[in-house]
Amino acid sequence: MSTMGLDSWAVDLKDVGTVYPFAGSEVLMVIICLVFWLGFHVYQLKAENAQWDDSSHDADDASASDSIDRY
Amino acid sequence: MGNNLDALTTIFTEFYYWVTVVFMFLIHAGFLMYEVGASRRRNHMHTLMKNAMLIPLVTVTWFLFGWWIYFAFINGPGINGGLADAGFAAPFADIMGVNLQDHISGVFWAAFLLFSWTAASIVSGSVIERIRSGAFWIHAVLIGSVFWTIDAAWGWSASGWMVQLLGYHDAYASGVIHAIAGGYALGVLVVLGPRLGKFAADGTPRDIPPHNPWMVVLGLFMIYTGFWGFYAACNVPIINAAGIGGLMGVTPELVGETFTATTIYLTPTTLSGITFNFLMSLSGGLMVAYLISKGDAFWTFSGGLAGIITASAGNDLYHPIQAMIIGGIGVAIAYKMHFWVERRFKIDDAVGAVAVHGYAGFVGVVICGFMLWGAPSSPLPGYATINPIGQFIGAVIMFGVLGFLPAWIVSKILDKAGILRVPQRAELQGLDYHDEAAYNAAVADVQAAEKAALK
Repeated sequence: MSTMGLDSWAVDLKDVGTVYPFAGSEVLMVIICLVFWLGFHVYQLKAENAQWDDSSHDADDASASDSIDRY
Repeated sequence: MGNNLDALTTIFTEFYYWVTVVFMFLIHAGFLMYEVGASRRRNHMHTLMKNAMLIPLVTVTWFLFGWWIYFAFINGPGINGGLADAGFAAPFADIMGVNLQDHISGVFWAAFLLFSWTAASIVSGSVIERIRSGAFWIHAVLIGSVFWTIDAAWGWSASGWMVQLLGYHDAYASGVIHAIAGGYALGVLVVLGPRLGKFAADGTPRDIPPHNPWMVVLGLFMIYTGFWGFYAACNVPIINAAGIGGLMGVTPELVGETFTATTIYLTPTTLSGITFNFLMSLSGGLMVAYLISKGDAFWTFSGGLAGIITASAGNDLYHPIQAMIIGGIGVAIAYKMHFWVERRFKIDDAVGAVAVHGYAGFVGVVICGFMLWGAPSSPLPGYATINPIGQFIGAVIMFGVLGFLPAWIVSKILDKAGILRVPQRAELQGLDYHDEAAYNAAVADVQAAEKAALK
C-alpha cells in the first residue's frame, strides 16, 4: 500500500483529490507545525538573552566609545 | 497545431519554458555575487571570471553533445537496453534551430542547459582562491555537459532506467543536480587541498571570513529567486493522458480527459502544490539553520537553500508541513556533516557547497523513499514503485558514482599534469596579481598625464 493512497496512476484525474502522503493526519501535522514554530521562539529567545547578557558584561566605556566613533 | 486548443497548449508550453530560463539566469547571477563576496579582495576577478566563463563553455558543449547524451543514455546504455535513437537532439538535427514545425526543442534545451550551469556553478564555489581556471573549466564541462546529463538520462527522464527498474523519484532534483554536484565538488576538494592558512599546524580549522557578507547573502537571495524558475522548469506545464501517450508512444495507465501539470516523469502534480512546498521547506531550512548556527547569516541563508534542496525530491507530493520538517532535518544533518568532514578529513569547502547541495541532496533522496513508499513512479505501465532501497541506491549513484568518483579521477590526472592548483606564491600574492598590476600601472599613467596637464 502506498503512503499517498495510490498504487498506480491508473485513474481518471477528475476523480482524484488529495495525493500527499499520510492524508488524514492533518491535525497531527498541524500540531507538529505549532510545536516547531513555538519551539523556535523559546529556543531563540533563550539563546538571544544569553548573548545579550554576555555582551553587556564585556562592554566597557572605552569599547562603547570606539563603537560610537565607528558609527 | 491542428486546432485552437493544440495551438494554445503548444505556444503556452513554449512561453512557459522560455520564462523559466529567464528566471534561472538569476541563479547564476546569485552564484557570482555569492562567490565573489566569499572570496578575499585579492582574488575577486579570478573568482568572478572562473565562474562566469563556464557559461559559454557549458553552453557550447551542451549544444554539441550534452543534449544528445540526455536522450541517448536513458538505458545506461547496457543496463536496460542499448543506446537510444536520439538523432533529433544531435547538433546537426534540423530541429536544433529555427524550424516552424518545432516549438519546444530550443526552450526545453535551454531549461536543461541552465540546470547544467547550476551544477557546474555549485562546484565552482567550493574551490575558490586556489584552483586554476583552466582546470576548473575542464571540470565544468564534465559535470555540466557529461555527468549530470548522464544522471538525468538515468534518473530524471520519463524513460530512464533508474525510474523503470528502481522506482527512482527526484521531482525537483535533490539528487540529479544537488547530490551529484556536491559529490563532484568533494572529489575535486580531496585532491585540490585546502587554502593556505585554512588549518592550523595541529589541524584545527580556521574560519576564513567572507570579505563582504552582504554580497554573499544577497547572492543567496537571488539564487532563491532563480529557484522558482528552476521548480517551474522541472514540470511539464499542461498535458493529459492522450498527450502522454503521444509523447511516449505507449498507452499510459492514466485515463480521462483532464489536463494537469506533471513532473519530468509525467506524474501528476500542481504548480499550486509545489508553491506551498517550496516556501515551507525554505522556512523549515531557515529556522533550523538559524538555531543550529546561532544566527550566523551565511549558514542561515545557506540553510534556507538546503531546506528546499532536501525536500525537493518529493516536493511534487509532500504536504507542506512534511516539506518544512524534511527541510529542517536536512539542514541539521548537512550543517553537522560539514564541520565533521572539515575537522576529520581537512576538507576546505569555501562556501559549504558539499553540505548544502551534496549532503542535503543525498538525505533528501533517501527520505523521499520512505515518505513516498509505494507511490507510483510513472503513469506508464511496468515501472517499479518508489521505495527506500531504490532511492538509497539512486543517492549513491548520484553523489558517489557520477559525482565524487569522476571528479577525483580527473583531478588526480590534472594534478599529475601540474595544472590543477595555482603556485603557492600566486596564492599568497593573490590570484588577481597580474590584473591589479596592470590596473595600478594604468592608473599611475593617467594620473601622471593629468598632473602634467596642470603645468
